[in-house]
Amino acid sequence: MRYLSITALLLATASPAFAEKSVEVMHFWTSGGEAAALGAVRDKVVADGVAWVDAPVAGGGGDAAKTALQTRIASGNQPAAMLMLGQNIIDWANEGLLGNVDALAASQGWDAALPQAVKDFTKIDGHYVSVPTNVHRTDMIWASKAAFDKIGADYPTTWEELNALAPKFIEAGIIPLAHGGQAWQEAYMFEAVAAGVGGADFYRKALIELDDAALRGPEMVAVFDQMAALRGMVDENFSGRDWNLASAMVIKGEAAMQIMGDWAKGEFTNAGKQPGADYACIPVPKAKGDSFVYLVNSLSLFTQTDPDLIASQEVLASAIMDPGVQIAFNQAKGAIPARTDIDLSAMDACAQETSASLGSNDASGTAVPTFAGTHAANAAVVGAATDAITGFFNSEMTAAEGAIALADAIAATK
Amino acid sequence: MAYQSTGVDFRTRLQDWIPKLVLSPSLAAMLIFVYGFIFFTVYLSFSSSKMLPSYDLIGFENYAKLWDLSAWWVAVVNLMIFASLYIIICTAIGLTLAILLDQKIRGEGVLRPIYLYPMALSFIVTGTAWKWIMDPGIGIENSMHLWGWTSFQFSWIKDRDMAIYTVVIAAVWQTSGFVMAMFLAGLRGIDNEILKAAQIDGASNFSLYRRIVIPMLRPAFLSAFVILAHLAVKSYDLIIALTGGGPGRATELPATFMYSYTFTRNSMGIGAASAVIMLMTIAAIMTPYLYAELKEKS
Repeated sequence: MRYLSITALLLATASPAFAEKSVEVMHFWTSGGEAAALGAVRDKVVADGVAWVDAPVAGGGGDAAKTALQTRIASGNQPAAMLMLGQNIIDWANEGLLGNVDALAASQGWDAALPQAVKDFTKIDGHYVSVPTNVHRTDMIWASKAAFDKIGADYPTTWEELNALAPKFIEAGIIPLAHGGQAWQEAYMFEAVAAGVGGADFYRKALIELDDAALRGPEMVAVFDQMAALRGMVDENFSGRDWNLASAMVIKGEAAMQIMGDWAKGEFTNAGKQPGADYACIPVPKAKGDSFVYLVNSLSLFTQTDPDLIASQEVLASAIMDPGVQIAFNQAKGAIPARTDIDLSAMDACAQETSASLGSNDASGTAVPTFAGTHAANAAVVGAATDAITGFFNSEMTAAEGAIALADAIAATK
Repeated sequence: MAYQSTGVDFRTRLQDWIPKLVLSPSLAAMLIFVYGFIFFTVYLSFSSSKMLPSYDLIGFENYAKLWDLSAWWVAVVNLMIFASLYIIICTAIGLTLAILLDQKIRGEGVLRPIYLYPMALSFIVTGTAWKWIMDPGIGIENSMHLWGWTSFQFSWIKDRDMAIYTVVIAAVWQTSGFVMAMFLAGLRGIDNEILKAAQIDGASNFSLYRRIVIPMLRPAFLSAFVILAHLAVKSYDLIIALTGGGPGRATELPATFMYSYTFTRNSMGIGAASAVIMLMTIAAIMTPYLYAELKEKS
């Protein structure tokens, strides 16, 4: 406690406006693009007369930040806002620790501005407890144009085409699939395959409702069959590689494709690559109709009693939802705005296509929340499933064995 | 203590109290932050804690769940492999180095710190360095290929069956110098007269070490064992830096298991149960050993 208040004091002397209103934002966005994105929000908040107290906790997945938050909650010193993902928001809301900005949301018409997919993870039990900054699409393929030109192939639109390309790439000395062998990356790859091979209905039944029959059914075996095919496309040195190094392999043309969420775009942009001219961002093949796997980033607002702090939270919320900020934020972050009612002509082709796809999938009910990003299920289930998925990907298990291992792992958490 | 409070001047009373006063903050801190939190963890392991601590008791359910988890079994088996190899190899290398350095060789003052310095690094640094050294793409294998030995293969770190042994390699590299220093101190403490007497009696160098020196190093063996055993059980940073628990989950240890279940998987009860098991394991190994050794001395 004392340490924290000393830190706060130091921060206070560093920011002259602290004496008036301030808002402390806890987050784990410390990489270049992420920090720049958050900078867009910060600039707007500061312009609106509220001091920004930055409380970053490094560690990309946010595990460290979550641990830090748990200790701060336990000591009764919650931040004004914190970056959170999926089910965590619902859990914290159920603990009764999140406040809301319902009045602001009503006056600014958030209900109409946000797709249902986003509202599922920001508007909990009818209250806006969290303010969305962006939406990521996780079922994406990042393809090197140079690699595809070298073997004279088109980008795959079916899984069969994709699988047939692999030997051709290997013959041409190109690694078909750039992949980082870390458990979480395999979980994201799995959900992309599940949505692509099984379709949105199957995805919902197996990974959201956690239906045991669906988890053990033939569709799941088909998903694992495709995972086994992908297992054969990686280089032998994949294990433990960071995702951005895998992206770099595609950027350099050493590898042809990477299956990764659209945060990978930042790596391509930073390397000076243009979508279309140098690389392609395409959804994974969809065998059973269109679908869209999304991840919502949002800043959740903790209950405050100080009216000044509540007012500051509203300034923060309003800044995040500002159309200009949403565009600037997502240009830096490589995601798409959470609002679907704003003009995206300033953004690149990838973002425009992804946003359009979110709109159409949201309307047809085929937009499904990310499993690996703990939107579809809670952290305990996702953790157990990730163990099974990474176990499969790093072994010679058959698809049927993989499906059983996954179903057993999920059943054990119930 | 020895003084009665009546008729004792302030100065002596102060002298009597100062040691207690000086020691009490650290004693209090120790009681709260070590033993208090041990009891808190034990309590949590019997509670239904998920994301935040909760206080309703549910009996042994967390323990039952824990031993049902294949991930926990992987971690336990890994710990057995890692701990036994780590302790045995470290002790063997440490003892050999110490005996060789004890031969009154020239430049001992230079050699000793060279072996000892790895201990000054944090396990994070060791882990990262060895991750690169053993990475087939950039490490030893690649260097050998560049030098023309193209059939050379060393990709244990990418092999789920062998990866746990790479952890042993890195950990042994880090600590054997330290074990050497402990044995060296033990060797220097042995009375030269005994050794001379043995030599006069015609003992060969080998039997001198086997029958006299090594048995006399028993306290050093105890210290080495205690330090290595607890380092092995609490190994966390090395795994995180070296393999991240991978490939797959092949190098997960109880410590990494405990962290991920407690803090990232919202299963604080199971995490606490695993922490208690770790404590019991180390206590089960240490207590009889310490008891036997310390009893003999007194």
